[in-house]
Amino acid sequence: MTPRRIKRLIGRGAFYLLLLVIGLYTVFPFYWAVVSSLKSGSALFQVEFWPAHPAWDNYVAVFREQPFGRNILNSLFVAVSTVALSLSLALAAAYALGRVRFRGRGLLLAVILGVSMFPQIAVLSGMFELISGLGLYNNLLALSFSYLIFTLPFTVWVLTTFMRELPQELEEAAIVDGATPFTIVTRVFMPLMGPALVTTGLLAFIAAWNEFLFALTFTLTSDMRTVPVAIALISGASAYELPWGNIMAASVIVTVPLIALVLVFQRRIVTGLTAGAIKG
Amino acid sequence: MKLLLPRFLTMLLLILVGSSGAVRAATLSISCGAVGVEMRLCRQGVEAWAKQTGNQVKVVATPNSSTERFALYQQILASHSSDIDILQIDVVWPGTLAPHLVDLSQYIGKDATKQFFPALIANDTVNGKLVALPWFTNAGVLYYRKDLLKKYHAQPPATWQQLTDTARRIQNAERKAGNPRMYGFVFQAKGYEGLTCDALEWIDSFGGGTLIDADGKVTVDNPRAVAALQLARSWIGDIAPRGVLNYDEEESRGVFQSGNAVFMRNWPYAWALGNAKDSPIRGKIGVIAVPAGGTDGHQTGTLGGWQLAVSRYSQHPELAADLVRYLTSYAEQKRRALAGSYNPAIPALYRDHDVLAAVPFFGTLYTTFEHAVARPSRIAGSKYARVSAEFYYTVHDVLSGKIAAAPALATLQQKLTRLSRGGQWR
Amino acid sequence: MSTHASRLTRQRVRSAWLFLAPVLVVLALVAGWPLLKTIGYGFTDASLIDPASAKFIGLDNFSYLLLDSHWWAAVWNTTVFAVVSVALETVLGLVIALALNAQFPGRGGLRAAILIPWAIPTVVSAQMWSWMFNDVFGVINHMLLALHLISHPIAWLASPDTALLSIILVDVWKTTPFMALLLLAGLQMLPQECFESARVDGVHPLKVFFRITLPLLKPALTVAIIFRLLDALRMFDLVYVMSGNSRDTMSMSVYARQQLIDFGDLGFGSAAATMIFAIIALFTAVYLTVARVGRER
Repeated sequence: MTPRRIKRLIGRGAFYLLLLVIGLYTVFPFYWAVVSSLKSGSALFQVEFWPAHPAWDNYVAVFREQPFGRNILNSLFVAVSTVALSLSLALAAAYALGRVRFRGRGLLLAVILGVSMFPQIAVLSGMFELISGLGLYNNLLALSFSYLIFTLPFTVWVLTTFMRELPQELEEAAIVDGATPFTIVTRVFMPLMGPALVTTGLLAFIAAWNEFLFALTFTLTSDMRTVPVAIALISGASAYELPWGNIMAASVIVTVPLIALVLVFQRRIVTGLTAGAIKG
Repeated sequence: MKLLLPRFLTMLLLILVGSSGAVRAATLSISCGAVGVEMRLCRQGVEAWAKQTGNQVKVVATPNSSTERFALYQQILASHSSDIDILQIDVVWPGTLAPHLVDLSQYIGKDATKQFFPALIANDTVNGKLVALPWFTNAGVLYYRKDLLKKYHAQPPATWQQLTDTARRIQNAERKAGNPRMYGFVFQAKGYEGLTCDALEWIDSFGGGTLIDADGKVTVDNPRAVAALQLARSWIGDIAPRGVLNYDEEESRGVFQSGNAVFMRNWPYAWALGNAKDSPIRGKIGVIAVPAGGTDGHQTGTLGGWQLAVSRYSQHPELAADLVRYLTSYAEQKRRALAGSYNPAIPALYRDHDVLAAVPFFGTLYTTFEHAVARPSRIAGSKYARVSAEFYYTVHDVLSGKIAAAPALATLQQKLTRLSRGGQWR
Repeated sequence: MSTHASRLTRQRVRSAWLFLAPVLVVLALVAGWPLLKTIGYGFTDASLIDPASAKFIGLDNFSYLLLDSHWWAAVWNTTVFAVVSVALETVLGLVIALALNAQFPGRGGLRAAILIPWAIPTVVSAQMWSWMFNDVFGVINHMLLALHLISHPIAWLASPDTALLSIILVDVWKTTPFMALLLLAGLQMLPQECFESARVDGVHPLKVFFRITLPLLKPALTVAIIFRLLDALRMFDLVYVMSGNSRDTMSMSVYARQQLIDFGDLGFGSAAATMIFAIIALFTAVYLTVARVGRER
């Protein structure tokens, strides 16, 4: 074996070792959560790499102790409605900011982006007053509405960037045909923005699904909670018990569909992010 | 003809008066528990009352965490919302929430209040207003491993020094015998309200007062308090794991219940869990009052527990007060003691045969409740949260070795005095 | 002809504003008005339990805030957290992106696997890691002890020295995938010709990386870093769930929330929140100026 061959082998070996480390590093905590979720009672306080008596008790308990099924549906509703609202609002705004030249365009885009600088705690009390003023307290729509504060800025920005790259000829042809701006956006541009819409939609979905502080503040009853709040507030039979088994089970339940979602769309995400480079 | 009109009016009046009974059937909402047994018992209680009085009661599940629930209550009361009529409030909240709560003494006779622990009624009376009725109580207690104390011929400690010595002896012996993870004493020393409870016990047990005296004067800086904190500081790394600085109730219980601690300070709830079927220390736990500081100290335990209050923005305050009266009555508290081991707020129940037969543990607890020490929430009023935070941050710094006890308490004294605006606490 | 063109233009501009209106209205409602309200409260002594009886007290809250050593400790914690975690995320993200850019069997699977940390809600990650970091029965100490890397269990979340580090580690674990993904997208957009010619010329891969890859990746890096830094400066969830109100790790947002909600001090809490916003705005302005200067050069 030539030295060059050996060097190449070692290089390969090191590379695969790196991949292994990366894989372990990212997956281990989730694996540990799965293992913990299958243990019950005092076994949780022992360190074992696979439970001696795996049981589904915790999973059953999660659905029994709180309306977890309802919580998942709540999260789903809020996330989907947030995505729908963000995408429709942002698409319209992106057309204006990306295709039409007008005074103050750059400033507006900067201001919209600037909103993503607002710390949640700075808008919390004002938003609470707004929500209760609108009678939306303990209503899921309060969340869909308030989440726009962090989904709109990056959605508008990404969609505007994509819009800018779309070919001028298509739009000019459409205008010559007498199309209204609305038709241009919906019939001509939207189909071309598929990857961008998917990317921003997915990012908005995950941001909405993840959100904690607003969801905690704007809901009152347990059947109105979303998943992160439900998980953070899981408690045992008494006021002090923290049933780690249940918490881990709930975590697994919540994460598996998200992972599946991301698995399905992961090609789209990368494509979406790279599609901006494909110039007309 | 002339008599028809008055007769008609009388009939109308009678119909209105008669039907107002049915119209008055109201729907109340109560926040009284989050999950499990607590929720179930509350639901049963309110349903019984509802059936009895022909009203309806909705149970609202609020966050289980104290701090989150407090935040929620403040939100709701500040917006004058009538979303919740009856609130289950922690023993340290009457001072802050009082302006938004109904004075229950106008609905409940003086005799009715006599049946409760006087300390609890005093705690729930703010500026002469009785803003809540005690529902169930709690006090810090000391758990110990009966089997280990027996093995090493030790007595349950009556003073902190005895506890320290016994804990050290048993810990070192057990470690030599092959259990390297054995610790002498675990408690709650994370920077949160729980540390205020633990540290108050240390200071009070030495005779160092209760942070603020009944006249509003700050008393935390005194030699006995300093001695108490110095002793506690010496435990860290010696008989208590360094990690105790981030333990709350559950984590300390985890260490004790997995058999890795000789002593634990915690609330009574840990008893039932420690004796559960799969617990490694089942049947090996003993409970006594939190030790005294020395021969001139006294046994103590920080008062915990929950009360029921009526929101001032409720649309049916009288009905709500009646529900509160029902839920805190002797019969209902007895039912909760038997079904869920909830410590009643009525002394007489600790001598009730049925209760003692079901939960013999209560006999031990009774003396603890009698001598329990209350946190200075009533006197500090709406500033209590800040007082408690300054106190637990200071204690945490002392325990972690950042600052010595004497200068720490001197600084704390200054801070709290400034906060108190000359003892007025407004 | 020109009047027709200018009418069309005016029409387009009008419809542009119409299209923009919904977004602007929504943002004014959910962001603009609440922020103004908070800034307003910062100048009063309002309490959470009774906001109506607030009195104007000028700059009192702000001066008290600037003199509060705990506030500055929070600012310091947040800064350290932001700088260290974004630095680590960038480096690790770059390594992972480079690895995933190569061809190997199972690439799709690994690419999906690295997204797992990012997909898990922050609250859930915080709980999972708190459990793993537990000093007595946490799995991390268990493994480190078994490997003889430490002699006795470390109280990760309790010791002031390791508490912030633990939180940084969790944030790095959680957000590196996002960075990696952004950088991977950036890498895949790079023109392949440069790399081809470098390979033909036999240039050392490390030199290729530093001389070609990195400079070409700079725009993507800049964008990714600024977004992450802004997020890190506003960090709340992770710190709050893992170590509550502990002063060793308290971030600016946790400080503001404690004042606002735990102490019920609406006025002072709002002043702190306003200050956070001001700090972030200042930082963004500085960053953009430096970046623009860099680009012009």
